[in-house]
Amino acid sequence: MSTSMTMAKALNEGLRKAMEGDPKVVIMGEDVGKLGGVFRITDGLQKDFGEDRVIDTPLAESAIVGTAVGLAIRGYRPVCEIQFDGFVFPGFDQIVSQVAKFHNRSAGLVRMPITIRIPSGGGIGAVEHHSESVETYFAHTAGLKVVACANPSDAYWMIQEAIADDDPVIFIEPKRLYHAAKDEIEDAPTPIYQARVVRPGQHVTLAGYGPTMSTLLESATAAAEDGIEAEVIDLRSVSPLDIPTVLESVRRTSRLIVVHEAPQSFGVGAEIAARVTEHAFYSLEAPVLRVTGYDTVYPPSRLEHDWLPNLDRVLDAIDKIMEY
Amino acid sequence: MSEHVHAVHPEPDLVQLLTPEGQRVEHPDYPLEISDEDVAGLYRDLVLVRRIDTEAIALQRQGELGLWASLLGQEAAQIGSGRALKPHDMAFPTYREHGVAWCRDVDPLTLLGLFRGTNLGGFDPREHNFNLYTIVIGAQTLHATGYAMGVVRDGAVGTGDPDRDTAVLAFFGDGASSQGDVNEAFVWSSAGNLPVVFFCQNNQWAISEPVTTQSRVPLYQRASGFGFPGVRVDGNDVLACLAVTRKALDDARNAQGPTLIEAFTYRMNPHTTNDDTRRYRLGSEVETWKLRDPIARVRAYLTREARVDLDFFDDVEHEAKKLAEHVRSGCRALPDPTPESVFDNVHVTMPDELQSQRAEFVDFVSEVAS
Repeated sequence: MSTSMTMAKALNEGLRKAMEGDPKVVIMGEDVGKLGGVFRITDGLQKDFGEDRVIDTPLAESAIVGTAVGLAIRGYRPVCEIQFDGFVFPGFDQIVSQVAKFHNRSAGLVRMPITIRIPSGGGIGAVEHHSESVETYFAHTAGLKVVACANPSDAYWMIQEAIADDDPVIFIEPKRLYHAAKDEIEDAPTPIYQARVVRPGQHVTLAGYGPTMSTLLESATAAAEDGIEAEVIDLRSVSPLDIPTVLESVRRTSRLIVVHEAPQSFGVGAEIAARVTEHAFYSLEAPVLRVTGYDTVYPPSRLEHDWLPNLDRVLDAIDKIMEY
Repeated sequence: MSEHVHAVHPEPDLVQLLTPEGQRVEHPDYPLEISDEDVAGLYRDLVLVRRIDTEAIALQRQGELGLWASLLGQEAAQIGSGRALKPHDMAFPTYREHGVAWCRDVDPLTLLGLFRGTNLGGFDPREHNFNLYTIVIGAQTLHATGYAMGVVRDGAVGTGDPDRDTAVLAFFGDGASSQGDVNEAFVWSSAGNLPVVFFCQNNQWAISEPVTTQSRVPLYQRASGFGFPGVRVDGNDVLACLAVTRKALDDARNAQGPTLIEAFTYRMNPHTTNDDTRRYRLGSEVETWKLRDPIARVRAYLTREARVDLDFFDDVEHEAKKLAEHVRSGCRALPDPTPESVFDNVHVTMPDELQSQRAEFVDFVSEVAS
């Protein structure tokens, strides 16, 4: 295995590892077999593991998730692929009412080791329902964990950790980074539910996850030219949130900007702002700011560049928070 | 076996082996060899599950249960199908299959926690191969379908080994037949030739909606569009339900794919103890169905044809009284959950944030208590 690869390839290799390591791991979804999925994340897996383990399903998302529940009761470890973010909603009831609650309903006697992979977010010039950020719905649901990878190495390791987890995991994949630059795969994983400081700095903390991480790193580089050293945190896990890592950073920088593509209100930024206010109120020099998608329907693709949190919007927020 | 009177079949599309009058009739597709002793066993099941139901309703009236979903009128459908299962088969109930639970040796008290509010289910489906009650209408048909996918992958279908080949029995009702999940389950199990049997208890009413709100065609006919057989059985006839389900389960175990069984029955009681049937249906309809009672016909058969003596009926009645006492006292003895237990089993491993919420809640509750 080459140690430098795209996120798409890293996910593919991670899935392969998980399947090799546990014969109960099955992949199921629309077009995941011969085609390798519309994004080719499962490319070649059906050829190598057979049709019983890489299952081309009928076109029915509720059933992709609902049958995974039955497979889990029978002792399997299903990995469901939802083709696009906006198509998860037909499966929403099974995720929220069954996958999330079954372990609890059984008084902890039955586990739901189900991973639901969702290619997420915008920036690919797509039509309606193909660019959404759905993580907040699931983060609001007890029983689910929600994580997002932002680089090839995390993609490779986090997908394996998600599959190995005995709790159900919503796995957010930033689709516009699938075929972006190759990167090295690290020798060992950072634990999946832990945030990571990906760039140190002392003036302001920028926290994000998944698709916005490349924008945050670009923004930090640009801000540094003006003498502002931004610390960048990749949250990696939306639920549970690794708040201690954020608090540690904010206690040093005194300023926090949270960035996500999902709409602003009631989102991850709001949650982090509340918790930082609760635990680090006297460390703050300015209110926590959010740079997010707006509280609108996801725009037609010609508008998405301006709508999404981009370099200019993040730099603008950095200016505001430094001047406060 | 005593001599049977062979009567003309009442309706061409309704499989019936025991008439409401207790006459044994034959059906060419569903021959049933059953000893009088086994018929007596079914009678005992029917009487006992009705008694569980009666007690549970009383417990709800006394405030011991928050709610109860009565099975009255559907005993034969549930006992017939439940007794057709082999121990290693798996059943996926709705929230009304108390009779099937009985057939799976699930203690009635295990079912009461959900209705008393002491838990949300709280048992391991694999212990008796009987799934947790599922309240979202039709959702469990997909779980059954997925479980059947697992059975196939385990090589536990079509081997010819009766101890290995496994079938899955999915319960749902006439209302659920309109749900997307049920239709998706039909599509998947048909396309995948899965060992699952869909057992629809058409009890004529989805709360206040008659079955005509759900369908223009008899429900069993839906199966043909999905590509597997559908059969309508007299749901108040325990022998017919047994025979039809047994055949469907055999077919499933033998890799012949799914079957839809529509058990034509009637919900004699309100939807739940909170429902009021006077707002939507006539009492005369209930009176008509009383004449088709699932227990009376078995008793008539046993008395007249099998010449079972009165002691047997007395013994069953005595057993029912003991069971009722078990349900009554057991229900009141079900332990209330501790406040902090609400945080248990949300996840396999409790996240830090939840641990701190738990600590806060425990402090708060103990302060309130002191």
